[in-house]
Amino acid sequence: MSVEAREARQPWILLSPALTALVLLLFVPLLFIVVYSFWLRSAAGADQAGFYLDNWREALGDAFYRDILLGTLRIAAITTLVCALMGYPAAYFIARSKGNKVLLLLLLMLPFWISYIIRTMSWINILGTSGALNSVLLSLGIVSEPLRMLYNETTVILGLVHFLLPFMVLNVYVSLDGIDTNLEDAANSLGATRWQAFTQVTLPLSLPGLAAGGLLCFVLGAGTYITPLVLGGPRDAMFANLVYEAIITQLNWPLGSALSLMLLAVLGVLVAIYNRYLGMAQLAKGLG
Amino acid sequence: MRGWGWHAITLWTLLVYGFMFLPVGVVVLLSFNASQFGSFPMTGLSGRWFVELWNNDAIMRAFRTSLILGLLTAVISTTLGVLASLALVRYRVPGRNLISTLLIAPILVPEVVLAVALLLFLNFLGLPKSFPLLLAGHVIFTLPFVVLVVQARLVSIKRDVEEAALSLGASPVQTFFEVTLPLMMPAVAAGALFAFTISFDDITGTLFWKPGGVETVPTQIFSMLRNSISPEINALGTVMIVFTVGLPLLGAAVARRLAQRGGG
Repeated sequence: MSVEAREARQPWILLSPALTALVLLLFVPLLFIVVYSFWLRSAAGADQAGFYLDNWREALGDAFYRDILLGTLRIAAITTLVCALMGYPAAYFIARSKGNKVLLLLLLMLPFWISYIIRTMSWINILGTSGALNSVLLSLGIVSEPLRMLYNETTVILGLVHFLLPFMVLNVYVSLDGIDTNLEDAANSLGATRWQAFTQVTLPLSLPGLAAGGLLCFVLGAGTYITPLVLGGPRDAMFANLVYEAIITQLNWPLGSALSLMLLAVLGVLVAIYNRYLGMAQLAKGLG
Repeated sequence: MRGWGWHAITLWTLLVYGFMFLPVGVVVLLSFNASQFGSFPMTGLSGRWFVELWNNDAIMRAFRTSLILGLLTAVISTTLGVLASLALVRYRVPGRNLISTLLIAPILVPEVVLAVALLLFLNFLGLPKSFPLLLAGHVIFTLPFVVLVVQARLVSIKRDVEEAALSLGASPVQTFFEVTLPLMMPAVAAGALFAFTISFDDITGTLFWKPGGVETVPTQIFSMLRNSISPEINALGTVMIVFTVGLPLLGAAVARRLAQRGGG
């Protein structure tokens, strides 16, 4: 074999274990649940293979599923917006601070490393009837009865924001850090106010990072079922909770497949739009 | 000079830091509460919940499971990820962008969907919920993070050093083990640490894949939450915080030392 042919083969040898794992454990299984979603659930024994539209009729036709899907998208959108409003100024501060940027960033990323379930549950310690906030309010005499603040949509969003904010800050920071500060100074010296320089120079240049952070927050937020289980009430189920119910509780795997694919399709459209306009490189930058 | 706008941003940032750290601080504080309820008021400082934790068989079992799962995930995922990253950074691969996108695809697919697909497919192949299924799942969703982290670090290693070794008569295998691998160690360590931490922390996929009776630390905490927050959970939370924060910091320190030794 010639040297060139060997050179050309080598990367594929290196790539083959990872690509094989991805094909066998991700892509084939995804195709498989497409097939499975057309099978028929049988109460006793194995599900019946075939081409039945029953699951899709239920998943797409039932107003119950549609309402929860819309509710999930709304929660994810609010979460993303709050993350952007909280995260952008913080990322801007870190990127423009004269102190130790790496340390500041590392500090903000610390909670990111802390267990998701612990961080989610910790809000019960703060907002619960015998939590920190109620203790303070009671001891100050502001309220006479503990307030019931937990287990509603707001606490679900709060938990999600706490979970996802580091993703937003990191992506915006990467973007802001790459902008030459001379551009802002140039705008200033040409007569722009600070605010004008920011809105007309810095903000537009940082939009790719904001979009990458936004995409991550939205997709991760819309796919969660643990946060609503821990911090939500009985009526705050999100779409992934329906998937969990169908697969784990009801063992209705064909319906669970159809619901999973619905979620994948909705979020996949967003990822595709993002990829079309900004490409995956920006996302990789923020994560790497 | 920076005006009031900057002060407003500074204040806002402080509030954001407070928001991120407040819940964590409360968990740590409550884990030392002497009260038998895992909530306020604080009735005194005590380390008894850590002792109880140590004596709780279910939790210690979950801890061992998480540890083994995390280590195996880190080894496999890092091996796959490092090889793939080498191919992407070191060679001109046709369809590079497509391959990169494929490699980070598990991040873009919602974890619930990934969990359902893997569970149903492997069950169809005759592999029901089991430890191997759990491991396979963890490898797949940690792989993209390893690839991204390792790739970012690999780019900075210059090829000249390898070429020098080769031109001085070292064989390609010798060059890899004596030059490339030592230079790559910080990247490999960072990748492995990432994989371990993500695996150790996962609950979304784990709840789908774990066989009955097997619990990891997060699923154990989750099942204990169903009743109410016991002080033990806060103590476990503190241990987890020390573990998940301490490990990356330790890893960063080790990586820096390795890098220094490699450089000097």
